[in-house]
Amino acid sequence: MTKPAILVRGLTKRFKATLAVDHVDFAVAAGTTAALLGGNGAGKTTTLSMLLGLLLPDAGSVEILGEDMLRHRHRVLARMNFSSPYLDLPHRLSVRQNLEIYGRLYGLKDRARRIAALARDLQIADFLAEPTGNLSAGQKTRVALAKALLNDPEVLLLDEPTASLDPDTGDWVRGYLERWRTRTGATILLASHNMGEVERLCSEVMMLRRGKIVDRGSPQQLIDRYGRANLEEVFLDIARGRRESEFVEPR
Amino acid sequence: MTEDAEGGWLGGIAHDTGGGFSPGRVAAMLLRYLYLLRSSWPRVLELIYWPTIQMILWGFMSQFLRTNSSWVASAFGVLLAAVLLWDVMFRGQLGVSMSFLEEMWARNLGHLFVSPLRPYEWVLSLLAMSLIRVIIGVVPAMLLAIPLYHYSIFGLGLPLIAFFVNLLVMGWALGLIITALILRHGMGAETIAWLAIFILAPVSAVYYPVAILPGWLQYVSAALPSAHVFEGMRALMFAHVFRLDHFAAAVALNLLYIALGAVAFLWSFRSARRRGALLHVGE
Repeated sequence: MTKPAILVRGLTKRFKATLAVDHVDFAVAAGTTAALLGGNGAGKTTTLSMLLGLLLPDAGSVEILGEDMLRHRHRVLARMNFSSPYLDLPHRLSVRQNLEIYGRLYGLKDRARRIAALARDLQIADFLAEPTGNLSAGQKTRVALAKALLNDPEVLLLDEPTASLDPDTGDWVRGYLERWRTRTGATILLASHNMGEVERLCSEVMMLRRGKIVDRGSPQQLIDRYGRANLEEVFLDIARGRRESEFVEPR
Repeated sequence: MTEDAEGGWLGGIAHDTGGGFSPGRVAAMLLRYLYLLRSSWPRVLELIYWPTIQMILWGFMSQFLRTNSSWVASAFGVLLAAVLLWDVMFRGQLGVSMSFLEEMWARNLGHLFVSPLRPYEWVLSLLAMSLIRVIIGVVPAMLLAIPLYHYSIFGLGLPLIAFFVNLLVMGWALGLIITALILRHGMGAETIAWLAIFILAPVSAVYYPVAILPGWLQYVSAALPSAHVFEGMRALMFAHVFRLDHFAAAVALNLLYIALGAVAFLWSFRSARRRGALLHVGE
């Protein structure tokens, strides 16, 4: 494994009586795409939030691009970015205004050119002048992606990047992310419960259940280990608490 | 920088490291609030509307009292100046609270704080926007009072700057404390942004001397920069003296309250990070 872009050790978060993330350890190699996979409430978004510094862990450490995120997150935030369907960009501002403001927050020097390039790539040029709140779910997702790629991040964190999208738009977004990562060499960590997405995009999968990583490996390794036809069946086994050891003859 | 086959950039985008304080990020947030204000003429109208209506009401009241009250007659503009200056504090507080609430309503905090924006840079942008909102709201009312009532608050001279700045800073301190409460307790505390300042109005002695208040309330007034400003304003208008003691008290108290406001805000922000509230606040 090459030097990890993301290194997580002993990450733990408790909300009152609920242990949301329980001593999670993982590393994501630079230039790869990895996934946190799990059902609702498995701890995916909580883990991503701690990686971003939006949420303070109770214990553990997070290093991104070699920097300690708990102590020096501002040294690295300009080199990473994030997108989530659960966060909005201000609705009353136009798409261009939103991208302009985030371009300034990330300190981009040639914002107009960067926004034009992203608008062309992500096919959002036709509605740059539209208020962001007027857009469809698919258009909003592409705009959120444009915001997440403004600073050409070395590490991109995505929370359910194709949630609520129709199959065609979802496929387009996945294709775009594949091409983008290939040409930039960036590292992507995504949280998802879309198995097809994870199989297509990711070389490494961490399966989360009740805040713990219960298994990990490449999608094919997991499918083989559980003796299943696809990652969705593996997911169901793990979500329902069936262990790998219960399968006598894995494929 | 190089262009890839699709016309996008392959990398090497010049950006800052996010290291220290960045005036550019403060300007970016200020631009965000100005875009928002520009996008909605009712918001601009609302900023101007209340100070102007207040000024008109108290202007007529002053005209009436000029012939019925020797106190008002000896300094005609005392009520008008009071209402205009009170609006500086009210709009100053509301300017901080409303810009903050815009981010809550927009569910934008998560995006903002995965960017290199620092909390104190955001606070500075909130304060700067508050100043802009006060100028948009109060200055037209101040100017309109000249042709309507032949009264110019600018006649107070340089002390007007001292009064204005002290009331604005007290508004900022209140705004920061209110935003801290909203960050800590969620949108359920939103109404505090509208109501909090009115608790202070009676003890700020905006329209009457502090001496009118019961003895124990006068001690409360003494702890408020606003009460010192309005006492100072009346001293200037009636006795034509600038009371340095009131000015010094207002400045000292404001320094204390703005520091308390900043600490409360930063503490609540850290608490929000501990609870995960930055991702989940919203309507």
